[in-house]
Amino acid sequence: MIQLAAGEEQSPLIPPGPELLVGTIAFAIVFFFFWKKLLPNINKVLEQRREAIEGGIEKAEAAQTEAQSVLEQYKAQLAEARHEAARLRQEAQEQGAQLIAEMRSEGQRQREEIIAAGHAQIAADRKAASQSLRQDVGQLATTLAGKLVGESLEDHARQSRTIDRFLDELEEKAEAAR
Amino acid sequence: MSADQTQLAFDWSCRIMSDNGCGFPAPGLHSFLFKPMFTVGGFEFNKVMLLALVTTLLVVTFFTLAFGKAKVVPGKLQMMGEAGYDFVRRGIVYETMGKKDGEKYVPLMVSLFFFIWIMNVWSVIPLAQFPVSSIIAYPAVLSAIVYVTWVSVTFKRHGFVGGWKNVTGFDNSLGPVKWLVSAIELFSNLLVRPFTHAVRLFANMFAGHLMLVMFTVASWYLLNSWMIPAAGVSFAMTMAMIVFELFVQAVQAYVFVLLACSYLQGALAEHH
Repeated sequence: MIQLAAGEEQSPLIPPGPELLVGTIAFAIVFFFFWKKLLPNINKVLEQRREAIEGGIEKAEAAQTEAQSVLEQYKAQLAEARHEAARLRQEAQEQGAQLIAEMRSEGQRQREEIIAAGHAQIAADRKAASQSLRQDVGQLATTLAGKLVGESLEDHARQSRTIDRFLDELEEKAEAAR
Repeated sequence: MSADQTQLAFDWSCRIMSDNGCGFPAPGLHSFLFKPMFTVGGFEFNKVMLLALVTTLLVVTFFTLAFGKAKVVPGKLQMMGEAGYDFVRRGIVYETMGKKDGEKYVPLMVSLFFFIWIMNVWSVIPLAQFPVSSIIAYPAVLSAIVYVTWVSVTFKRHGFVGGWKNVTGFDNSLGPVKWLVSAIELFSNLLVRPFTHAVRLFANMFAGHLMLVMFTVASWYLLNSWMIPAAGVSFAMTMAMIVFELFVQAVQAYVFVLLACSYLQGALAEHH
């Protein structure tokens, strides 16, 4: 059919000239398109894609780093807050203890004050009582003595001095006896 | 082989056991010769040339559709194109020559791979049914291009003396054997290499086509009388050969480009 019915046959290893030409042209066209147009085209796109992917990765990495730092910040803040709370609690406890101690000492002081005041009062009362008693006793004694002696011992000043001296002697005796 | 026998391959009446006395129309060298389809000023244009040009058209069209308006987010066609491109670029060129040296030769290798592959694939495409690369001229052109490239790269990279040293593998540490080694290397690299490079592709496709034609013709020839089961076997073999050929076509394109890369890598390498 289309097979060439050739009597003399060329060796299949010897390239026929026209075929060489056609092969060269056919390949040259392919090469030219790839070299000048198609591969630069696709390389540009591949480069863009690579950049897009790497950009995405970089963005993700940045986001992750940020998240990490925020997390650390939060953790630090939380720890600080905990620390603060503990500190406050401690402080409050200390303050409470101090307050209690203060109040106790205050109470003690007040108690002592009250006791002291009471003592003073008692002493004063005693003093006043003894004073008035001394006067009354003096008067009674004088009156009694006057009645007994029949003589008015009205000389007040002398009386007083005598009574006082007497009482002092009594007190001295009492002191000495104690 | 006479003209008559060549014609008989397509003689529908020629069957086994038929009494018209014709034998098996075995395929041969004549299966690789074509009548010109038309002649322009003494230039005879035949079917293989047409297939070669259609190869160019197909490859360029496909990759123009795939890469012409390439997008960052690829469509189906672009994805396919990228897969093929990446296979050659990363799988062959970067693997052998490295990214730095290889980048420059990616366009050549990509062109070679797809051009050769499609030339081979014609072998099993209905109506075409002929591998363009089984005509030695086409592999020869390509191997010549590779040869010129790597030889010029050798001398450009290493200078005149260094270039010769690179080609011959001249090495003083080899002692007196170096002359013998250099002679063999020179012969092997400069003379035999382009020949084997082209013939490897040519012979594979040539043989594959012969096998396919043989089983195809036999399937028809045996389809007579009690030999019909044999025709079935032959037909099954045809199918099997088609599958096998599909594999060989891709492998040969791959091997051709791989060798081209390895030659260039040797040319770029420092003295060994």
